[in-house]
Amino acid sequence: MKDISFHVERGELLGYLGPNGAGKSTTIKMLTGILVPSSGHVSVAGLDPSKRRIELAKRIGAMFGQRVQLWWDLPLIDSFELLRHIYKVPADRYRTSLARFRDVLDLDPFLHTPVRQLSLGQRIRGELTASMLHEPELLFLDEPTIGLDVVAKQRVRDFLIEINRDRGVTVLLTTHDLGDIERLCRRLLVIDHGALIWDGEIDDLKERYGAERLLIVDLEEAVPPLQIKGARVEKVDGPRQWLRFRGPAAELTARVAASARLVDLQITEPDIEEIVRRIYSGAR
Amino acid sequence: MVDSVFLWRRLVGAQIRSQLQYRTSFVLDAFSAFLISFIDFLAVLVIFHNTKQLGVWSIREVAFVYAMSSISFALTDLLVGHFDQFPQKVRDGNFDILLVRPRGTLFQLIGSDFQLRRLGKALQGTLVLLYAVGSLTIPWDAGRIAILVVMVPTAIVIFGSVWTIGSCLSFWTTDGGEFTNAFTYGGNFLAQYPIDIFSSWLRRFLAYIVPLAFVCYFPSLYILDKPDPLELPRLLEFSSPVVALLTACVAGLTWRFAVRHYRSAGG
Repeated sequence: MKDISFHVERGELLGYLGPNGAGKSTTIKMLTGILVPSSGHVSVAGLDPSKRRIELAKRIGAMFGQRVQLWWDLPLIDSFELLRHIYKVPADRYRTSLARFRDVLDLDPFLHTPVRQLSLGQRIRGELTASMLHEPELLFLDEPTIGLDVVAKQRVRDFLIEINRDRGVTVLLTTHDLGDIERLCRRLLVIDHGALIWDGEIDDLKERYGAERLLIVDLEEAVPPLQIKGARVEKVDGPRQWLRFRGPAAELTARVAASARLVDLQITEPDIEEIVRRIYSGAR
Repeated sequence: MVDSVFLWRRLVGAQIRSQLQYRTSFVLDAFSAFLISFIDFLAVLVIFHNTKQLGVWSIREVAFVYAMSSISFALTDLLVGHFDQFPQKVRDGNFDILLVRPRGTLFQLIGSDFQLRRLGKALQGTLVLLYAVGSLTIPWDAGRIAILVVMVPTAIVIFGSVWTIGSCLSFWTTDGGEFTNAFTYGGNFLAQYPIDIFSSWLRRFLAYIVPLAFVCYFPSLYILDKPDPLELPRLLEFSSPVVALLTACVAGLTWRFAVRHYRSAGG
């Protein structure tokens, strides 16, 4: 990793994106005090993670999608009980927290099942609860949705939005899943080959990397590709044409309507996946 | 400290509960652990049957040393035997989990497993001890009883520290397991016999480098009221607890130093 520098405000929900081996997990490990950086300066909640690991551990939560922090052979509820004592969470606070997680993450059906018998989705819900029981102000998630089906993914995302919005927990998550990023985060960091190549809002990223929007028009009849100023036809299929364009859609639509008889239209926003693909390839 | 003891009891208690849920499996495991160590015991009987004397030690005295070491080692194995799997934890990066919790990593590692079935191994040593104590005429007094009572925890601390220091190697080598075993299981073997029967370089190693002579040899000299065949200072007979504390400190510091070299795993 080289020259990576960023600052996160309290209450942000920040996405951290990069291809395999880019340095995402390494960053999280340095921020949580697992790894000691060979040079440079890290400060989390005002503490140096590797020097004040234990103090920091009380204030942060961490979940690694591919590691198991729950006790494999014990019923899920036992893991929570043990964590309550490891983190010294007062009994009443623990009860309230747990009640809420049971509700939001729907834990009741498998609360007394040994962890090894849980499905991946159930286990991840357990892991999320485990990393939040001590009410940390900052939550690190490394690939929280990896391997989950659509429904389970959505549940995790809803949960993250809830704790970020309602409880002001700062969340930093690494992911390969652009759906996570698009639905959860406003700000995005992109890292590649150990270097930070983007730090900013997702909307700015779209504008900056200029992925064009797509206007799909259905005309009354099949015509040759339209000649419209500010757009180029990408594809024609009978009466349907695909136009790539930048800028406001209203003007363009008016121009299309003026040059052909328009039946229907739809506009698709630039796909973040496409943008990220461009960033990765551009950075190389 | 007190708080940690309570937490350890909770961690271990939860695991014992889950192990006892499968009662048949537990009983079989415990029985096989006992059986394996019982075969060890038969091996000892064979030695005892064929010789009456080991150096200046009568066979009954050797049995006493053997039993005390064996019991202590079995209990150490019960407490920290899962350190054997520690290299794997380092290699696959699961040590990460311990680092993000607000407790000492060594403490968490100790509490991370507890195989109650290993208690079966302690049974063998207990049988030998009963035989030794029953056949020897030991002049029991307050001092001897005190030394006997302190012997087991002292030995556990020394064995456990050696085990811990061995485990630290995992932070540098991907598979230090075998090397570590030489000191743990090998150490148990050496501590089971009076050290004066070994050659002098090994004796020095056991007395001053890896302090296994303090596990049984020195305290046994006192309890059995034997003159030290090596003619070392008598003070050594009482110094095991101090040596245990020092060893534990060295182990703690080594551990702390080693953890800073943890490199995790995965991208």
